Amino acid sequence: MSAGQPPMDSPEIQRLTPVLGPGHTYASVTDKISAIVLTRRTSVGWYIGFLLAFSIFGVMNIAIGYLFMKGTGIWGINIPIGWGFAIVNFVWWIGIGHAGTLISAILFLLNQKWRTSINRFAEAMTLFAVACAGIFPLIHTGRPWYAFWMFPYPSVMGIWPQFRSPLIWDVFAVSTYGTVSLLFWFVGLIPDLATLRDRSTSKPKQIIYGMLALGWRGSARHWQRYQSAYLLLAGLATPLVLSVHTVVSFDFSVAIVPGWHTTIFPPYFVAGAIYSGFAMVLTIAIPLRKAYGLEDFITMRHLENMAKVMLATGLIVAYGYFFEFFMSLYSGNKFDVFLVQQRLHGPYAPFYYALILCNILIPQLLWFQRMRTNVVVLFIMSIIVNVGMWLERFVIIVISLTRDFMPSAWGRYSPTFWDWATLIGTMGMFVMLIFLFVRVLPAISIAEMRELVTETSEEHK
Amino acid sequence: MAQIFHRSTNFISRFSLFSAVFLVGLGLVGVLGLARSPYSTNQNVVRAQPVQFSHKHHVGDDGLDCRYCHTSVETSAVAGIPPTKTCMNCHSVLYADAPYLEPIRESFRTNQSIQWVKVHRLPDFVYFNHSIHVNKGVGCSTCHGSVNQMPLMFQASPLLMEWCLDCHRNPEKVLRATKEDVFDMNWKAPEDQAKLGKQFAIERKIRTTAELTSCSTCHR
Repeated sequence: MSAGQPPMDSPEIQRLTPVLGPGHTYASVTDKISAIVLTRRTSVGWYIGFLLAFSIFGVMNIAIGYLFMKGTGIWGINIPIGWGFAIVNFVWWIGIGHAGTLISAILFLLNQKWRTSINRFAEAMTLFAVACAGIFPLIHTGRPWYAFWMFPYPSVMGIWPQFRSPLIWDVFAVSTYGTVSLLFWFVGLIPDLATLRDRSTSKPKQIIYGMLALGWRGSARHWQRYQSAYLLLAGLATPLVLSVHTVVSFDFSVAIVPGWHTTIFPPYFVAGAIYSGFAMVLTIAIPLRKAYGLEDFITMRHLENMAKVMLATGLIVAYGYFFEFFMSLYSGNKFDVFLVQQRLHGPYAPFYYALILCNILIPQLLWFQRMRTNVVVLFIMSIIVNVGMWLERFVIIVISLTRDFMPSAWGRYSPTFWDWATLIGTMGMFVMLIFLFVRVLPAISIAEMRELVTETSEEHK
Repeated sequence: MAQIFHRSTNFISRFSLFSAVFLVGLGLVGVLGLARSPYSTNQNVVRAQPVQFSHKHHVGDDGLDCRYCHTSVETSAVAGIPPTKTCMNCHSVLYADAPYLEPIRESFRTNQSIQWVKVHRLPDFVYFNHSIHVNKGVGCSTCHGSVNQMPLMFQASPLLMEWCLDCHRNPEKVLRATKEDVFDMNWKAPEDQAKLGKQFAIERKIRTTAELTSCSTCHR
């Protein structure tokens, strides 16, 4: 968060790398963003990309359909590894979903102007990532049609969910996060939906956008209410950025399994979540600005700031790894010490080294401004970080479960075809939703960009 | 520019928002009610049996003890369905030629059991033991209702888990004083049941609520 504050906000540098390209007016901003949705012809590339993502989404549906028919035996899990890909993927996706709220809520409260052009699609990305994440805890339950048992309702069984279990906290944390993120996203969209309604030429579009705009007329009273609602939601969403992944980390740290039972998990999970979330925002922003010529709106300054946030959170994660390692050795607990040995020399050691490489070593390149301002490097880096964050969850879950207290209870884990199909399928779903979003909703907040026009024009005087 | 929406849209949108909340609530109440209704629990539903045996006649009018037929109720998990021989103890003499009882005589002649239809079906994943309940003072009629007034047998209780737990959380409200009381179909809780029940629970070493409601008490 603190990344990019004092030097970046000095007027000199701001002029060099502005948050909005020069020469824009209210009209040009509105035209350019709404044209993507309303007037521009849908490109062939969009169709190809969408179809590709849609077919991968189909793979996910087949994988889940087959799972419902056969049960979780089609996956690589078996006792002692009851948590395989499903939980790895859940934690990974929910972590990715953290950047949206951080950008839209915390940076909003901190008055960071550079959030403006990236908050809309970062929030959309958050929602889609949470949707992908939500699939996994549901389908890993074995009998997903009873998933509603996790909610507290007066059931005929006469019992409530086990409120002392972190898995139930998860249900509340994730569903609250999903709801607040959706509300926040939607409230932010209302003025833009009204813009789209007013600019639509066909009746169906006018009706659909009109209904979604909830009768927005842009009156002073509307704006006043909108601003206070947005501020309130930002305030509500801010603690969620910290709480959701904290609760997810409790899934592990409340258990007594070696390698899970540590107090450093909550902060280091939250940092990891923001790390992977910003990486995913970069992964989306870089192709998006290229495809739609939005370099004026998503400027180098945005990319560089996100890279700095990645560097900062990456260092917190590195600190977490180091202290996880150190505390295990310092504790003298033979199971904890053994787990460290297993990470370094065990059967899954290559994953651990790959994780260190992806999450700690390679991102150190971001110290150099030349790397932070190189779009190709940033794009590759963002993917490397996300691979690394996935590996982190794999290392945490699989190594600990395969090597717990009793050698007689040790095991091995390897994912099956269906594990991979589900993971890659959710990526297809994610990309498909992003494609749809870019096509039917303004990917950048028009109303907030208009505000930025005034603010930046004052700066340029 | 012409208006996209008619004026009435303002009302319709507000109305549909509120009614959506209302409908969701109503739907939830409906589903939860249906899950507890006889439609889903089979409570109060009379089953057709090979012979229309009347508990009202045998227990209520003739005064047979439950254990005359359900012999293993005090010693075993299941109360036991009587063999045809038990019927023939009397019916070799009484109504010995009644056409109504021909299936009984046929079963006796051919040594083939009568295929009685089970009325109280618990799920397979529930471990239930009659003897512990009877020996600790839970009466037959607490769960099976006033069998002495049932011409045809039906399930008097919903047999839902919340119904089981209702007693397991407060066993003292159903505990009876003596064995006679346990098999008494007309037993009514005395006025000081709350006090008596607590006393019986201590005397008979009935386990704590935490133990009685532990998962593995019933799901073994």
